[in-house]
Amino acid sequence: MPGTRAPLRRLPKMSALPALKTAAVWRWRLPVLLLSLCTLVPLGVLLPALFNPDPGIWAHLIDYLLPQLAVNTAILLIGVGAGVLAIGVTLAWLVAVYEFPGRRFFNWALMLPLAMPAYVLGFSQLGLFDYTGPVQTLARAWTGSSEWVPSVRSSGGVVLVLSLAFYPYVYLLARGAFATQGRRALEVGQSLGLSRAEGFWRVALPMARPWIMGGLMLALMETLADFGTVAVFNFDAFTSAIYKAWFSFFSLDTAKQLASMLVFIVFVLVVFEQRARGRRAYTASARGGQQPRIALAGVQGWAAAAWATLVLLMAFVLPFGQVLWWAYQGWAEEANAVLVDNALRSLMLSAMAALLVGAAALLLAYAVRRDGGGFNRLLSRVATLGYAVPGTVLAVGVFVPVAWLDNQLIALFGAWLPEGTGSILKGSLAVLLLAYVARFMAVGHAPVDAAMHRISRSQEEAARNLGLTGARLVARLHLPLLKGGLFTALLMVFVDVMKEMPITLMTRPFGWDTLAVRIFTLTSEGEWERAALPAVLLVLSGLLPVILLSREENKG
Amino acid sequence: MTKDLLVFESVSHAYGVARVIDDMSFTLHDGEIGCLLGSSGCGKTTVLRAIAGFEPIAAGSIRLGGRLLAGDGVSVPAHEREIGMVFQDYALFPHLNVEDNVGFGLSALPRAERRARVEAMLDLVGLGAEARRYPHELSGGQQQRVALARALAPRPRLLLLDEPFSNLDVDLRERLGREVRDILKHEGVSAILVTHDQHEAFAVADKVGVMQGGRLLQWATPYTLYHEPAQRFVADFIGQGVLVPGRVTAPRCLSLELGEFCGLLPLGFAAGDDVDVLLRPDDVVHDDASPVQATVVARVFRGADFLYTLALPSGQRVLSQVASHHDHALGEPIGIRLELDHLIAFRRQ
Repeated sequence: MPGTRAPLRRLPKMSALPALKTAAVWRWRLPVLLLSLCTLVPLGVLLPALFNPDPGIWAHLIDYLLPQLAVNTAILLIGVGAGVLAIGVTLAWLVAVYEFPGRRFFNWALMLPLAMPAYVLGFSQLGLFDYTGPVQTLARAWTGSSEWVPSVRSSGGVVLVLSLAFYPYVYLLARGAFATQGRRALEVGQSLGLSRAEGFWRVALPMARPWIMGGLMLALMETLADFGTVAVFNFDAFTSAIYKAWFSFFSLDTAKQLASMLVFIVFVLVVFEQRARGRRAYTASARGGQQPRIALAGVQGWAAAAWATLVLLMAFVLPFGQVLWWAYQGWAEEANAVLVDNALRSLMLSAMAALLVGAAALLLAYAVRRDGGGFNRLLSRVATLGYAVPGTVLAVGVFVPVAWLDNQLIALFGAWLPEGTGSILKGSLAVLLLAYVARFMAVGHAPVDAAMHRISRSQEEAARNLGLTGARLVARLHLPLLKGGLFTALLMVFVDVMKEMPITLMTRPFGWDTLAVRIFTLTSEGEWERAALPAVLLVLSGLLPVILLSREENKG
Repeated sequence: MTKDLLVFESVSHAYGVARVIDDMSFTLHDGEIGCLLGSSGCGKTTVLRAIAGFEPIAAGSIRLGGRLLAGDGVSVPAHEREIGMVFQDYALFPHLNVEDNVGFGLSALPRAERRARVEAMLDLVGLGAEARRYPHELSGGQQQRVALARALAPRPRLLLLDEPFSNLDVDLRERLGREVRDILKHEGVSAILVTHDQHEAFAVADKVGVMQGGRLLQWATPYTLYHEPAQRFVADFIGQGVLVPGRVTAPRCLSLELGEFCGLLPLGFAAGDDVDVLLRPDDVVHDDASPVQATVVARVFRGADFLYTLALPSGQRVLSQVASHHDHALGEPIGIRLELDHLIAFRRQ
């Protein structure tokens, strides 16, 4: 029982021990420092742009871009925020607390949209609602006109697509909270005289708030980071503006300026979330476990099933069906050498990134285990910040210092280099992989770190006591126990890199087109049908972690 | 004159085919503290949840102050029953401070009254100084008292406590048990608690019900339960003691290995019946002058006394509570005699 015992008294500092030698101190700090540089440097190079903007660029932005971007970003954040809450919380509540027809199926099926990259959902919805698409064709067949069908190529359409793509974050976290405390929250409320409806609003919802907020934050970060969907919808957002500034107007400085502002918005969001928590501490009820569900009878039960069906249809079944249909039709022409080449490059990049991130995550977790002082704890958090930084921003942030380094190298060693060498690191695979490591470190670190936490100090001490030290200790104790977490990390990073679009697009070596890049190229020409086959491959690979996730849940 | 408050009559409850409560009845008087005692899975928590309105009942009826709460096709929703509950893990709201937790059920009251009631409740449980703190900043005992104050604040007609002390350290458990009893008596609140700990039940409750396998075996005062257990299971479950074989010799008398004993009341058996007789440790008195000798086979020094396990010549074991200065070694024979106020006997199975 926490809190009943007096806190352990701090042991007095053992001043008798000689101070550790500097080398020993840095042994476990250096790796953490180096890994944190992967995110510190890209973010650091953007700071001058934020605090000391170039007046010329700034004036141009204010006049032409910023007003629209500000409005659009507000629409995205508010619209998608409301959308994912409305969809995610209601579905989580129904599935966690009530019993209704199909509940067991919906319980996991509602996670399926996680497998679908938002931009695939985006272009398939565009195809569904196109003039020649099934919806408008049906509308013309039945009513003679399709004028009345609302255009999906609008801010409302983008908000709907992103809400459908990102609601699973809220759903997953809220469902976990409701499953352990939802029914009991109702009971506590009832014992204090609240009806069930009142109990939901006054007890269950506030108690699940940190989890719901966590899911909302993830969804909003993804929204701010989204590049593929807004690009395909031609919706001006910071990410697409950064890309355009760099690759259409060739103004890296404008891109830098925009990127720094996007980071600032993310930062404000994070601070806002932290502040909202305040002093309250939340823990899942110790008595969790499965509680019997409340049966929804008759109409209520069917209404719940209908709502879940509608969301599942819109977010997964229809768009995936559409993409499958296109892929089937275009199979003969599209399944060609180019596609195989793209797929192989996707696989290769994903595998390399997964291994790199996996190794980095192991190193990070172990270094913090060996030296858990303030320095390491702070920098290990910095090293995992990248998940909050949109890919377009990281691409700019990684490119700028690499370009600078190239120039320095060429200035120094130009005499020995072949005539006309313009780049050494720029445009190399190393830059791309470095950006991946920065972006996906958190994805790989979380499962490895969780596994590391399950290895207790006394287990390590017991192993030492039995004569194991150094590398043998790691090989015989840590690695076997970290295997599961490491596997999850590799898989998650692998799939995330498969789906990744902006970093790959902006920093890939010449000719390195992946599946995601191919989808971008084709969909920016409006060729939905041709983009379908690579999209199917991405969705199939994306199903892997979803299956893993639901299997882990079944284990309890 | 005591008034019936809660009448729990012939109630049954089942999950699927498994009967969790089996035709169970008891009555709690106004102002009384009742306790359901039993090991885990005996159905005691389900009884509590049925009273609170969280579980539907399959048969029987539950009445509170004459009002039908459940049964005969009636089921008053939980929030309209005016029954408060203290949950096992307290279920405090982590997003609210102590004050707001306690005031949570008082939203119908005007602000000033609500504040006054919260203040009074916090004073009652001695947490006036902690009003602005959050649950995780409190100790386990303090959290428990906040849960109690929160449940009492809306002035429920009946308070239910589900294993209220099970999350606390042993010494704290005893102290809080007494405190809770004082608070309930001071407020004049009737209550039912559920526990598997007999000491807790005896310390807090006026009436204790022993449950086993969904049935209520006996509902009585702690004194009666200990001295006049109505069933073999109760005799075994409550307190220490040994059942030794005996034979009925006359309507009021029976013979044991330790001699022949007669009580004041008829035993309800016929002469010649084989029975088991309950011997509590304080019934077996150490007496050097006694002709009956038993060998010490185990001993526990408890400070104020010794608890000896003794073997009779037949090998039958009995427990004996002996004053602290009678220090006998293992294997040593000592003289004992029986001092029985009343005979508790059960038919041999």
